[in-house]
Amino acid sequence: MSVRTEGKKQSRFIKDLPIHLFILPSIILLLIFNYMPMAGIILAFQDYKPRLGLFHSPWVGLEHFRYLFTYPDSKQVIWNTFLIASLKIVANTVIPIGFALLLNEIRLLVFKRSVQTLVYLPHFLSWVILGGILTDLLSNKGLANQALGWLGIPSIYFLGDGDWFRFTLIVSDVWKEFGFSTIVYLAALTGVNQSLYEAAEIDGAGRWKQTLNITLPALIPVIVVIMTLSLGNILNAGFDQIFNLYNPLVYREGDIIDTFVYRVGLMNGSFSFATAVGLFKSVVSFILIVVSYTIAYRWGNYRIF
Amino acid sequence: MYRKTMPYKIFNGCNILFLGLMALLCILPLIHVLAVSFSSSAAATANIVTLWPVDFTFVAYQKTFDNPLFLNSLVYAVARTVSGTLLTMLLTISAAYGLSKSFPGRTAYSWIIVFTMLFNGGLIPSYMVVTNLQLTNTLWALILPSAVSVFNTILMMQFFRAIPKELVEASSIDGAGYFRVLISIFLPLSLPSIATLSLFSMVGHWNSWFDGLLYITDYRKYPLATFLQTIIQSGDMRNTSIDPSELAALSERTIRSAQIFIGALPILLVYPFLQKYFVSGTTMGAVKE
Repeated sequence: MSVRTEGKKQSRFIKDLPIHLFILPSIILLLIFNYMPMAGIILAFQDYKPRLGLFHSPWVGLEHFRYLFTYPDSKQVIWNTFLIASLKIVANTVIPIGFALLLNEIRLLVFKRSVQTLVYLPHFLSWVILGGILTDLLSNKGLANQALGWLGIPSIYFLGDGDWFRFTLIVSDVWKEFGFSTIVYLAALTGVNQSLYEAAEIDGAGRWKQTLNITLPALIPVIVVIMTLSLGNILNAGFDQIFNLYNPLVYREGDIIDTFVYRVGLMNGSFSFATAVGLFKSVVSFILIVVSYTIAYRWGNYRIF
Repeated sequence: MYRKTMPYKIFNGCNILFLGLMALLCILPLIHVLAVSFSSSAAATANIVTLWPVDFTFVAYQKTFDNPLFLNSLVYAVARTVSGTLLTMLLTISAAYGLSKSFPGRTAYSWIIVFTMLFNGGLIPSYMVVTNLQLTNTLWALILPSAVSVFNTILMMQFFRAIPKELVEASSIDGAGYFRVLISIFLPLSLPSIATLSLFSMVGHWNSWFDGLLYITDYRKYPLATFLQTIIQSGDMRNTSIDPSELAALSERTIRSAQIFIGALPILLVYPFLQKYFVSGTTMGAVKE
């Protein structure tokens, strides 16, 4: 009996062999470049010394994590990450919704399309390019401060003052992404049943009333799903952006987990501590992603596949 | 009805004005950079350039293209973009084709692939894997670690699964094997999707800079994005291995603007094609029946 099923399994495998061969190259690359690093997190529990290697470095247990949660600098970094990421999530939801609602009112198609074309553009440029542009614009004598000068406002150190730096991070991130985030909401708006508006019109509801009572409720499921899914990003404050904009003057207010890991690990060579910090982030993000997908699946009927 | 009322007309006017301003705000910074790059060095230093070049000149571009470091980085950027996109697309199509079939083991493979979206080992372990494999300073370090795109593979697989089974059955009866079916049925039917995903992959490679900073220690082998990053962050000397005097010459404002604009140019050129496709692409995963 078992020999027969075994034989069946084997012949099935041989028959399916080409399928396996199609998939295996990707799997092998993932095993090397994604799963091997996961094994590398044992670094976080060691005091890694390059000359001793991964197998002979002494074990220190949770020492690095204790340090992480007691060291004032790292507590500040975790707080910065959380604060910047949360503010970005909120701003990147509210503003695109508002923009989609306004854009939805435009009947002149040529104008609507041109606006869309322009606002989507920054999304595709990298933070290296945008960082270069922004450092130039926001510098002491840059165009932004010149414009403020014309209005009689004294220069602002957008990239040199901690609080202004956070503000700049949020605003420039919204500037880059709001157009692109609008797409999903615009798609949801076109899906609203038009007869609802006609009915409301007959009842004498103005456009504002219609927006409040028809359009916004129609958007709520999409908003809930998107907000839930962004939970997983609560520790992604935007490495590319901050790395390309920050400088030692704003480390206190602008340093986030990812930039901290890069500096501590690769600049200062504290591999083990940096791995521990990274692991903390990965674990928290993992838990949040699983929770948020479960919620979105249960309540919003959302699934990836 | 409401469109004819006075308050709505006023709202509509303000709305058009506001949206127009927002749209302008999205490209004005780019125009400013373009204007600076075509201005004379003196005008740029005096901060008198706004949105139109002052003392129009090509000098910044001439100097940029006279610089062997810049030209090198351009070559490396093109090399990584072409080879990286090719590799990613081969892997994506192949894996998506396999996963679009039903067979024992499919679920296991899917989990191996999807789990990488949920959890990762972090920067330092990934860095150690790549350096221990001796990939430092090779093109492989820039294209292998990110070669498998989970998101693209899933999109492609969904597309393949939508292809009618009857087509496959008919050709199987005619004696076509798996490979033949892929080449003569799946590929021709999915050319638009393949073009779209390739385009996005190209943009990703062109923009990618951090892996260059991590894995390329010889600055003469930096791809363009990494090169630009070093120039722009030149105030932050810890990150750079370029000779300071060389760096000072490269980071002059007009030249820097020219380099930034050249870095953005390929994206601007493919942008019309991108825009044509991404609307359907981004809503694909988001809005489900």
